[in-house]
Amino acid sequence: MAYTTDGHQTSWWHRNQQQLTPWLFLAPGNLFFLFYVIFPIFQSFNLSLYEWDGLGEAEFVGLYNYEELYWDDAFYTSLKNNVIWLVLYLAAIPAGLFIALFLNQTVTGIRLYKSLFFFPFVISQVVVGLVFTWFYDPTFGILNVLLGSLGLPPINVLGDENWVTIGIIVAGLWPQTAYCMILYLTGLNAVDPEQIEAGRLDGAKGWRMLWYIIIPQLRPATFIAFVVTIIGALRSFDLISIMTNGGPFGASRVLSFYMFEVALSEYGFRMGYGAAIAVVLFLIMLMFIAYFLWSMYKEEKAR
Amino acid sequence: MFPTPIERTRRSWQITYQTLLPLALILWLLPLIAVAIFSVKPDADFANANYWGWPSSFEGFTNYGLVFTGSDMPQYLLNSFKITIPTVIGAVALSCMTGFALGIYKFRANIWIFFMFVAGNFVPFQILMVPVRDLTLQLGLYNTITGLVLFHIAFQTGFCTLFMRNFIRALPFELIEAARVEGVAEWRIFWFVVLPLMKPAIAALSVLIFTFIWNDYFWAIVLTQGVESQPVTAGITSFNAQYRAAYHLMSAGSIVAALPPVAMFFMMQKHFIAGLTLGAVK
Repeated sequence: MAYTTDGHQTSWWHRNQQQLTPWLFLAPGNLFFLFYVIFPIFQSFNLSLYEWDGLGEAEFVGLYNYEELYWDDAFYTSLKNNVIWLVLYLAAIPAGLFIALFLNQTVTGIRLYKSLFFFPFVISQVVVGLVFTWFYDPTFGILNVLLGSLGLPPINVLGDENWVTIGIIVAGLWPQTAYCMILYLTGLNAVDPEQIEAGRLDGAKGWRMLWYIIIPQLRPATFIAFVVTIIGALRSFDLISIMTNGGPFGASRVLSFYMFEVALSEYGFRMGYGAAIAVVLFLIMLMFIAYFLWSMYKEEKAR
Repeated sequence: MFPTPIERTRRSWQITYQTLLPLALILWLLPLIAVAIFSVKPDADFANANYWGWPSSFEGFTNYGLVFTGSDMPQYLLNSFKITIPTVIGAVALSCMTGFALGIYKFRANIWIFFMFVAGNFVPFQILMVPVRDLTLQLGLYNTITGLVLFHIAFQTGFCTLFMRNFIRALPFELIEAARVEGVAEWRIFWFVVLPLMKPAIAALSVLIFTFIWNDYFWAIVLTQGVESQPVTAGITSFNAQYRAAYHLMSAGSIVAALPPVAMFFMMQKHFIAGLTLGAVK
């Protein structure tokens, strides 16, 4: 570089290097991120105003795509399913806490137990989806074997419009609960033993101890569990694609899946319409992102 | 410790706990155990509707052999490695730099750039689908491993920056000040002072990103098609189409596809969990 040979420039560099270094270090990462993540978010907004098949000329149609969404039953089904996902997926948090409390002991082999309980999270959702598809299978699935042994009639979970979304969410809860469990196990490790002893002296036991002394101390773990679970719920795609491909009759679609369907599958290449769905999904997420960032901002200020 | 340590409880509860533990584990992993048993069963068991019984003969070698010789599985596995390893290197390298810049230096835009990475990382990435696919097409990288890797690096940089920056913030700042007093150039501070201290963070991120990218399915089907570039998560669906209703082979294929991140997890467990739970304690 020039300033290594030129004496004047070297001193300029020396004087300013503390201001310039962060920008040089940020440049490659920032460029990548802007190009592939930030700009595409805005491009999606722009594209949602066009009718475009991905190849030919894009035609400006204003808010027509949104108007079409307003009358689209499939859109409402997807939106409703997204809400169901958001609500039911949160069950991973108490479930993870429950398993973490169960495993927070020091008996022999407990480390191996903890890793094996965490196992589902490491496996690809594609494989989780396949495994649960067989689990639910109406002809040989172990679920119906169990139901049969209790004298109950068989259920075709993935073929029934009323059950399908819940069935897929249960499959998703399996790895997500494992994730929350590991967060809480780490959190429980850091719980202040003196406060527990003090609580015991005051006669706090069981539920009261958990509620008044343990859970408040687990706040950071709960916050992260909440963040990853919300994001996971809104990103749900793999399981739906593998287990039902949106069916039966579109009953298990969520927004991200429906967007993929209209934009990239055999149903046609409607990029603009897909982008409009993406914008709706983004706006839902924006509420959460704003909340997460606000919480982090408060914490940064407090330091 | 909460709950009460088991050795301080009644004898009856101790025994109950010791029996409950393995039972709970078996129940929790039941779907996986079923697949593992499926994968060593002979074809005939499925024809005879012996789904949940004991395998009538052990056909593990035949089934797994067929996965490797009778399908495109080896190619898909190779592709997965070719996608995952460069992504891990790229994302970790970029985020060491961004994390250093955001963790060490104080400047006005710092927190906003940091929040840009965090917010981008929280986005349901499906909304990037249409523009990113178009961008990749225009770069002539559609259906190439490079195209997939570039996107993965960019997206993972968000999470990695969050991670690295918080890690660097926790390092003793006096070290950097001391080096500055000595007149050490800033890039040398990065290379000789900060980077050696970041080894645990680099290890943790590497295993995490390896798992995330290996298990990616969405971008694999959006940005690639066909045996020459698709990773094993996408390949498993064509594998299943090839062996429709051959449950023993589909199970064996799934286990093969799931194995590398599982092996990674068990080898690097400490780092993996440290990475995943960063921020879960104060």
